[in-house]
Amino acid sequence: MHIQVRFFAGLRERLGIAQLELSLPEGATVAQVWEQAVSGESLPVNVLAARNMEYVDLSCKLADGDEVAFFPPVTGGSV
Amino acid sequence: MNCVLLDSPFEPWVWLAKYEAGRVQPKGQYGATAAFVGTMRDFNQGERVTGMFLEHYPGMTERSLEAIRRQANEQWELVDSLIVHRVGELHPGDPIVLVAVWSTHRKDAFEACRWLMEQLKAKAPLWKKEQLADGSRWVEKNTPG
Repeated sequence: MHIQVRFFAGLRERLGIAQLELSLPEGATVAQVWEQAVSGESLPVNVLAARNMEYVDLSCKLADGDEVAFFPPVTGGSV
Repeated sequence: MNCVLLDSPFEPWVWLAKYEAGRVQPKGQYGATAAFVGTMRDFNQGERVTGMFLEHYPGMTERSLEAIRRQANEQWELVDSLIVHRVGELHPGDPIVLVAVWSTHRKDAFEACRWLMEQLKAKAPLWKKEQLADGSRWVEKNTPG
C-alpha cells in the first residue's frame, strides 16, 4: 500500500525531508512508516504522529492512501 | 467561520466587534463575553527575539481548532465562540491569537475561554521558530501560563 509521509517544523529541518511517498505491506503501523522513512534513526520520544490529520499512537495500523505526519511538540498561542 | 487562520497581521478587537455584530445571535441571550488576546513578546528564555515564523499543518490545524471548540461546547453552555490564530511571519507586538466566548453567565465564559486557550497551545499543530540576533531556534516548550 502507498502512504504519504510528511514532516513538520524542527523535525523537517533536521531530517531534511518535508514529504515522501512510501510503499509498505498491508497492515503496517505508524512506527513502521518512521523506520522506513528515516532509516537508522530511532524515533525521538517527544515526536507526535498523525494519521489523516488526527493524532494517533505509533501502533496505529494504516490503510492504503493514508497520510502520516510526524512533528515536534506543538507551541501555538502565546504567553 | 468560528476558527480562522490568518497569514497576515490582524486587529483582534476589530475582529471581535465585527464577529459579534454579524454572527453572535440572538442578542439578549448572552450576558457574558470573555476574550483573550495573545501578543508576540520581544523576549523569551532570556534572549531578545526580533521576529518569529509560525508554521502550521494546513488542514490539520483548522480541524484541530474546530475539535477543541466543539469539546468546549460539550463542557459549557456557550452561545458562541471564536478562535482566530496567526500563521506565517510575525513581529514583536503583533497579535498572535484571539479566543472569544459568549455565554449566558460569566462562569462559563471565563472557564471556557481559559480552557480553549490552554487546549489550543497543547493540541493545535502550530510551531514557533524564533529569530534571534545571532540566528534562529525552534521553540519546543510552552510557557507554563
